[in-house]
Amino acid sequence: MSEQKTESSFLQSVSAVVWKDLTAELRSREIFSAMFVFALLVVLIFNFALELEAGTRASVAAGVLWATFTFAGTLGLNRSMSMEKDRGCLDGLLLAPVDRSAIFFGKMVGNLVFMLIVELVVIPLFSILYNINLIQPGLLLVTLLGSIGYIAVGTLLSAMAVQARTRDILLPILLFPVVIPVVIAAVKASSGYLQGIPMNEITPWLNLLVVYDIIFLTTAWLVFDKVVEE
Amino acid sequence: MIKVQRLVKRFGVKTVLHNLDFQVQEGEFVALMGPNGAGKTTLLRILSSLMKPTYGKISVAGYSLPEQSSHVRSRLGIVSHLPLLYGDLTAEENLRFFGKLYNINNMPNRIGEVLDLIGLMQRKNDLVRTFSRGMQQRLAIGRAILHNPEVLLLDEPHTGLDQDACEMLDQLLKNVAVQGRTVVMTSHDLVRVQDLASRFDVLTKGKVSASISANHLEEDGLITFYRHALEASA
Repeated sequence: MSEQKTESSFLQSVSAVVWKDLTAELRSREIFSAMFVFALLVVLIFNFALELEAGTRASVAAGVLWATFTFAGTLGLNRSMSMEKDRGCLDGLLLAPVDRSAIFFGKMVGNLVFMLIVELVVIPLFSILYNINLIQPGLLLVTLLGSIGYIAVGTLLSAMAVQARTRDILLPILLFPVVIPVVIAAVKASSGYLQGIPMNEITPWLNLLVVYDIIFLTTAWLVFDKVVEE
Repeated sequence: MIKVQRLVKRFGVKTVLHNLDFQVQEGEFVALMGPNGAGKTTLLRILSSLMKPTYGKISVAGYSLPEQSSHVRSRLGIVSHLPLLYGDLTAEENLRFFGKLYNINNMPNRIGEVLDLIGLMQRKNDLVRTFSRGMQQRLAIGRAILHNPEVLLLDEPHTGLDQDACEMLDQLLKNVAVQGRTVVMTSHDLVRVQDLASRFDVLTKGKVSASISANHLEEDGLITFYRHALEASA
């Protein structure tokens, strides 16, 4: 009865979790549609509410953009982990003889893909509605770095919040104070690119994003096992 | 195969398991019975490494918990009242996903074998959310035995199943899942477990208060034994 048992490699486990999340989402489109509709509504509401002049557009757009990503991302994070909990699937994952940080990275990569897809759809729409060019390499780099930091913390905290009865309201309460540095850095760097501020003024914010990403990816890798433990 | 000594589990100030001693020999099928809140599910969650004990010595398949939990996890399968399956994946995709996590050798063959055993080969490409509760529970057993575990833990697997599905599940457990394995099953259905188990333990107030082998039971004697055990521990 033992010929079947060998330990799964870290990368194989990560890719299995990513494959599972993407395949399931491709069929149900629950996470994407919730995130996309919400993001679209926020962008439209701000567009009509602010009626920005050309001069102020560049300074305000970055804030609106990151408020949209942040709130839409929370919806996706909540849904992604709730789906694991509702049918006991989280137990199924935790029972597998794999390094539990592989489960974290698998869930994180899946969540990041959902977030990036929403961002790839929202950015061109935002550019059209606000008449501002967001499709710039620097801005896309900020979007990627900001999203990695946000999703790394979000995936870790959603695994913590999902154990609670009040998980839907608990995640934003836990998440927003922790992601303030990444959101501020992302807004400042994005705003810098949009306003054409010199690169040496944007670089500190980019550095902060990189450091935040490294710190929180490492922290999540170290503590995920403890977070999901009962 | 399973050895638990002086196990204590506390949730805050509430002690759920009180110095529990519990042992299961290789190949034995133990039915764990008891009232709600007796600690059956907590014990199974600790044995499966999903929960850490407060105190106590536990070994499963020769490995101690919680220190060697990864070794233990590769040697046990779990079936609970929840299916632990993804509704938006097909039956085959679910098995393939868990097969990757367990790094199953020769996966296509093993998946085919398991689907045959649980009688779901014809439905292997259907999404699990289209399955009846009974079919989902059969697939849950398939998932649990996919890596050929030495120990099988069943936490009230009959919950929510109708009479026919229960009978089919029992048949599957008898014929396929259980053979040669060490099994611990919690249940409230005394009639059903009497046909399946080789030993019956009653858990009350966080301790094993009574135990009897199937050989020592008369027909319908389990209900009487269970009642006496509850009365004695009251």
